Amino acid sequence: MNHKNILLVRGARVIDPANGRDEVADIFVKDGKFVAQLSAEETKQAQIIEAKGLILSPGFVDLNCRLGEPGRSARETFRTGTLAAASGGFTTVVTMPDTIPTSDNVGTIQLIRELCAAHAVVNVLPASTLTKQQEGKALAPMGSLKKAGIIAATDTTSGVQNNEIMRRALEYANTFNLVVLDHCQDSSMTEGAQMHEGTWSLRLGLRGWPRAAEEIVVSSDCVLASLTKARIHLQHISSAGSAEIIRRAKANKLPVTAEVSVLHLLLTDAALAQYDTRLKVNPPLREESDRAALIAALIDGTIDAICSDHSPCTSTEKDCEFDLAPFGAATLETAFAAAYDALVATGHLDIKLLITRLTSGPAKVLGIDAGTLSIGAAADFVLINPKTSWTFNNENQLSKSGNNPLFGKTFTSRIQSTFVAGKAVISDSKPVL
Amino acid sequence: MAQTTTWTKKDLTGIETLSRAEIEFLFDQAEKFLPALAPGKGLDLMHGRTVVNLFLEPSTRTCTAFEISAKKLGAEVVSINTTASSLVKGETLRDTAMNIRAMGVDAIVIRHSSAGAPRYLGEVLDISVINAGDGAHEHPTQALLDAFTLKQKFGKVEGLKITILGDILFSRVARSNIHCLSKLGAQVTLAGPATLVPLSLAQAFPQVRIVHDLKTALSDADAVMLLRIQHERQTTTHFPSLAEYTSQFGLNAERAAWLKPNAIVMHPGPINRGVEVDSEVADGPRSVILEQVRNGVAVRMAVLHLCTSALKR
Repeated sequence: MNHKNILLVRGARVIDPANGRDEVADIFVKDGKFVAQLSAEETKQAQIIEAKGLILSPGFVDLNCRLGEPGRSARETFRTGTLAAASGGFTTVVTMPDTIPTSDNVGTIQLIRELCAAHAVVNVLPASTLTKQQEGKALAPMGSLKKAGIIAATDTTSGVQNNEIMRRALEYANTFNLVVLDHCQDSSMTEGAQMHEGTWSLRLGLRGWPRAAEEIVVSSDCVLASLTKARIHLQHISSAGSAEIIRRAKANKLPVTAEVSVLHLLLTDAALAQYDTRLKVNPPLREESDRAALIAALIDGTIDAICSDHSPCTSTEKDCEFDLAPFGAATLETAFAAAYDALVATGHLDIKLLITRLTSGPAKVLGIDAGTLSIGAAADFVLINPKTSWTFNNENQLSKSGNNPLFGKTFTSRIQSTFVAGKAVISDSKPVL
Repeated sequence: MAQTTTWTKKDLTGIETLSRAEIEFLFDQAEKFLPALAPGKGLDLMHGRTVVNLFLEPSTRTCTAFEISAKKLGAEVVSINTTASSLVKGETLRDTAMNIRAMGVDAIVIRHSSAGAPRYLGEVLDISVINAGDGAHEHPTQALLDAFTLKQKFGKVEGLKITILGDILFSRVARSNIHCLSKLGAQVTLAGPATLVPLSLAQAFPQVRIVHDLKTALSDADAVMLLRIQHERQTTTHFPSLAEYTSQFGLNAERAAWLKPNAIVMHPGPINRGVEVDSEVADGPRSVILEQVRNGVAVRMAVLHLCTSALKR
């Protein structure tokens, strides 16, 4: 056996929230899994990685991203998207079903799995739609889709506007132990909306997207969770009001979890003052009071996970009038580094908590054995350099997209290495070819 | 008074980015152009220059006013309207603009339904970009001609009480006027139904007063600016019907009597007679509507002249 199957990572600060660990320790990997220790013979054969001064974390789990394929390979491919994920520290990602064709059928899920087996460098877990064609009218065949390999179901940005369909979708998905991910948007309140409804939308003359459009659906989802007892996960919530509704739902022991996108932790609607189309995202960036409330909800556990909400677009698609630009920002490569600088380096958030919400938090939402360094678990992990300086630019961007709003920014922490099942995918912050 | 301000902007994308000194400098220039409005009195300050009116949203008045303004300055003018434009064939705004630029044009006057489009174009192009109305964002030349008319009528804008009545939410004219009048020291009141004049406007524009009662809004005003009710733009959710709007907020003779004796009535046009204003008022002694139109040419001449003069030769 060559040594590549055995790894000895020495001297890193090991942060493993799932197991309550934060200590300087050595980590051992054999045959793609974490092991408690190596024999003397194995130690001799092991590839040794000196990691003093680095943080070793479980690979991040992303509950919400798009990787272009199938149908939008000009924006991203499974190859470029998963390389971007890996360079951002993500080793498991859930992809949204608004693909072309729509991921509402077994064939498309099988296609995704085949493409990923051939091209993906991290674990890709596809979600299917809840309803056929994301139309909110008839249920998607979630039983068959589960067998085909979906991890969850969501109608993503279409939402399910009909409460009866949503109720039945929750009950049906629950039959197969599938978690429903819901994008909370009452579309009757957001027709033509371009950005958060507030002082900035009024000043810029852009159609406003009120918080209420989200909070109404967050509320109805909590009510339906109470009715059906089915698991429901609220995607990328953006307002202080949503956080408060979820806090109360959790206090009432409802089976509800929630995520926040990294951009909503960093920026507000004021960032749109120059009509930057790269910051046109769904849900929209809101106000400082919302941002503060989201951080507080992240700290007190109301919000379980930080997601990337990576939604790649080509630079051409975003190079147009604000009204005409598609929604979405590319974020996978910069999510951790940006969150670290904005939240950890400034003292708002402990590094352990940031890692928790990127690893064990999202893994628990899905009920999967990821985001942990547990013995026997797949050796998906990252080494983070918390004291460096790098600029995200053309030379290191791996995503095919042209809509990362943090392009050109300089960060103080960086993913140095990413391992998937014990195999280095990123090393020295570069892809391993 | 010594004039120390100079104009350095190649684009006019909005009033928000202008200083009071720049606005007043522009007024001085417009004042000088007033005699040129007489028939046979055109100038040649823009001789050899070409202006393209790129109107991607229907407009007669503003487009014509810009055309005449450019011609009064001796410029060549080409007007492109939305149906003739290649944009309907799916060309991007950048490509359309770059093509126009490549043909050796000095200025593009753009009207667009998307807020921020002129600003975007101004960044893309090294020629002058003049905003002739962008979505619900700004319509800077309308606000300039309104304030210019007020200055003409009252001697100065400082200290005047101006009520803007109607569809504020969707109005670029209102936004530009809020900025312009506030910068010049007037007190602005916004009036109309709460769906079109939400209280949140007071947070976006802290200097304005929001009033939903018409009598209160009119009784202390020196001027009332009526906005066209754009029934093609609003969904039916913002007011029940034109008749309902007229019955509650239309300016008729009876309501005009609530105004102070010397108060004036303004309207950016085109007027919906019998909707936001009755003919009796629109054509009455308080109305300065046609003076606004006339001043609009002088103000747009000043804008075209100053912006293209700021271009690097």
